Amino acid sequence: MDPVILSRWQFAITTIYHFFLVPLTLGLSILVAIFETRYVATGNETYKHLTKFWGRIFLINFAAGVVTGIVQEFHFGMNWSGYARFMGDIFGAPLAIEALLAFYLESTFIGLWVFGWDKLSKKAHLAAMWLVAFGSSISALFILTANSFMQNPVGYSIENGRAVMTNFFALITNPNLPYQFFHVLAAGVTTAGFIVLGFSAWHLLRKNGKDDFFQKAFRWAAVYALVGVVAVILLGDAHGKFLETIQPMKISAAEAIWENEQPAAFLVIANIDQQAQKNTFAIRIPRMLSFLLYSNFYGGVDGLKELQARAVAQYGPGNYIPPVVITFWSFRIMVAVGFMMGLLALLAVIQPRVKCLQKSRLFLQLLLPAMALPYIASTFGWILTESDRQPWIVYGLQKVQDAVSPTLSSGDVLFSLILFIVLLSGLIAVTGWLMYKSGTAEPKAEEAAE
Amino acid sequence: MDLNTVWFILITILFTGFFFLEGFDYGVGILLPILGKDDSQRRAIINSIGPVWDGNEVWMITAGGALFASFPNVYATLFSGFYLALMLMLVSLIMRGVSFEFRGKRPGKGWRALWDWFIFTGSLFPAFLWGITAANLMRGFAIEQDMNYFGGLLPLLNPYALLGGLVFVSLFVMHGANFLVRKVNEDIASRAKNAAFSSWIIATVLMVAFVTWTFLSTDILTKPGINGLIPAILSAIALLATGWVNRVGRSGWAFITGSLSIILASLMVFAGLYPRLLISSLDPAWSLTIANAASSPYTLKVITIIAAVFFPIVLGYQIWSYWIFRKRVEINPEKLVY
Repeated sequence: MDPVILSRWQFAITTIYHFFLVPLTLGLSILVAIFETRYVATGNETYKHLTKFWGRIFLINFAAGVVTGIVQEFHFGMNWSGYARFMGDIFGAPLAIEALLAFYLESTFIGLWVFGWDKLSKKAHLAAMWLVAFGSSISALFILTANSFMQNPVGYSIENGRAVMTNFFALITNPNLPYQFFHVLAAGVTTAGFIVLGFSAWHLLRKNGKDDFFQKAFRWAAVYALVGVVAVILLGDAHGKFLETIQPMKISAAEAIWENEQPAAFLVIANIDQQAQKNTFAIRIPRMLSFLLYSNFYGGVDGLKELQARAVAQYGPGNYIPPVVITFWSFRIMVAVGFMMGLLALLAVIQPRVKCLQKSRLFLQLLLPAMALPYIASTFGWILTESDRQPWIVYGLQKVQDAVSPTLSSGDVLFSLILFIVLLSGLIAVTGWLMYKSGTAEPKAEEAAE
Repeated sequence: MDLNTVWFILITILFTGFFFLEGFDYGVGILLPILGKDDSQRRAIINSIGPVWDGNEVWMITAGGALFASFPNVYATLFSGFYLALMLMLVSLIMRGVSFEFRGKRPGKGWRALWDWFIFTGSLFPAFLWGITAANLMRGFAIEQDMNYFGGLLPLLNPYALLGGLVFVSLFVMHGANFLVRKVNEDIASRAKNAAFSSWIIATVLMVAFVTWTFLSTDILTKPGINGLIPAILSAIALLATGWVNRVGRSGWAFITGSLSIILASLMVFAGLYPRLLISSLDPAWSLTIANAASSPYTLKVITIIAAVFFPIVLGYQIWSYWIFRKRVEINPEKLVY
């Protein structure tokens, strides 16, 4: 097999594994910090137990997130040295800044938080947790600064065959960045909300709802999840509208629009024939896509065929249409799961006030498998974003095939790919199992054991 | 001083800081199964680096990121060229990183033994691989005109590099033992002191052989202008002093002199390389230098400003965190975290 294909699989798989862990780190760090803030502000011991109980789950997840993140940093040089040479002048800076601003902060203060319960004052200990949460968000901000450049290059010029930064300010104020960053952050909040809801529901089911500790956790998590999921949907919607103005190819690929349409229909499902460049079957909602993109019922959307012709005129011969089957379905799965989470989070928020929900064991039981939903949505969100940029690694500047390390043999990459799959699968399994053990343990019993 | 040189110095500081800090926690990891007789002793040993190992490892991550930002061609050549070696390092570091967190989460003996094993191998392999890497950087490897190295793993495992790997491992074990003497209680500390002396003997012998070989077969110690000779001599003096202060029982001084020998050995490597970062063994003109491998002046300016603002802050809070955890770890199951 081709080292390019293998390297792409390796990057995709390690990234998806890494992003199994990142959203929970982002969201749960903030929630744990909120619990500890309540504890310091009110002196209520329940909040201390909440802090410690969810903090334990946070730490298991955090450790695995950190180590899978190292792989990501090394990959750019190991498998994508063509990219590193072409893009290093621009891409290296946010990565170095991420390490300097975020990684040091997270790693130093997580040590202080874990080991500092009786070495630091209450307030200093609380500050340590907020700094960990802040560090995690800063980390996301800078890696997405780098990713946003790949999606939408700004503040650069091409000199001697490589991209050179000409305006750092333009890089960090990339109009694509706020959508991406806050969408990811909100996804993290949603993930943390659903994990805490799920484990709380597990305990409440066993005790017929009579458990103050997990009722409290449940109420906090319900609001947290709802805030997250509403933000995620609104930001996603806004991001789509923005993308239509700068990269219509992405929208048309995610919606499988082959011919120019005005007004444009939304396809609920479609059978896509990428070779023949058409859909052989589709359920259409007339004018709906115009509404989604422009908030009116007459806006036009350019078809993929037209956009391909324009891309050829601009960049020379080649196929510039992303893999439409993947983008179309990833988008739909992500959105459908997003709305499911929105509904569940809303029900969880009103649950204490609605009699029939209070009595319903089914609702609590639903929240157990629902712990998987944010992971499904995040995974397909990334598959959409990254597939939608194909064949480019940096939109309009470098193609994936030119980015791979010329020094790699297929054997090298196949070996590392298999090793990563085995290792990371095992790692995720152990992480999940430990989180299950911690999440289903009695809060006090676990603390006594420490 | 031009910014290219500034960044060469910053890269030197980051890697030197990494060898100094992560050096002792790799050493502690390697010594874990040797000095920890039972679970509570092993827990105490792990707890001695528990609050700080992650922050130490970030020195390596930051060094990698800084290399990418300032000398992207070096990052590209080195990481793609040393592919399989880095794979092994990544796998080791992944297992090591989660071991600290996972180990204490379940009570089973087999469970804990498993993660102890990963802490041991996860400390040993990276230490050895960094030694191999440093030696190959000094010796040079077959970088071609297009800055790529196509040779694969085997030529990197030459005898000189393997000796370099052993030097790193023995120095880090000594360093870790010196650290443990100060951080754990009498029983483990006295065995750590003996381990420090044994590893000092091995490290000294290996170091003499390695420096001699370096003198004879590379230009690191002999090239005109800036070279690694003076740091090498100072490192040797510090190393000799380490053995002596260990014998007279001054454990604090043993840690300081041992640290100095590692820091100076790292400075020897970088001083000997300057202004090159990667030496081509095929043609000196194909070497990657601070000139032909660097980012644009604009990018260097941007990251210099950011480093100048934030690096002192980082140093400040990391030193503060070491201050908070300056006391010895007690072997008290109630107090131990991991």
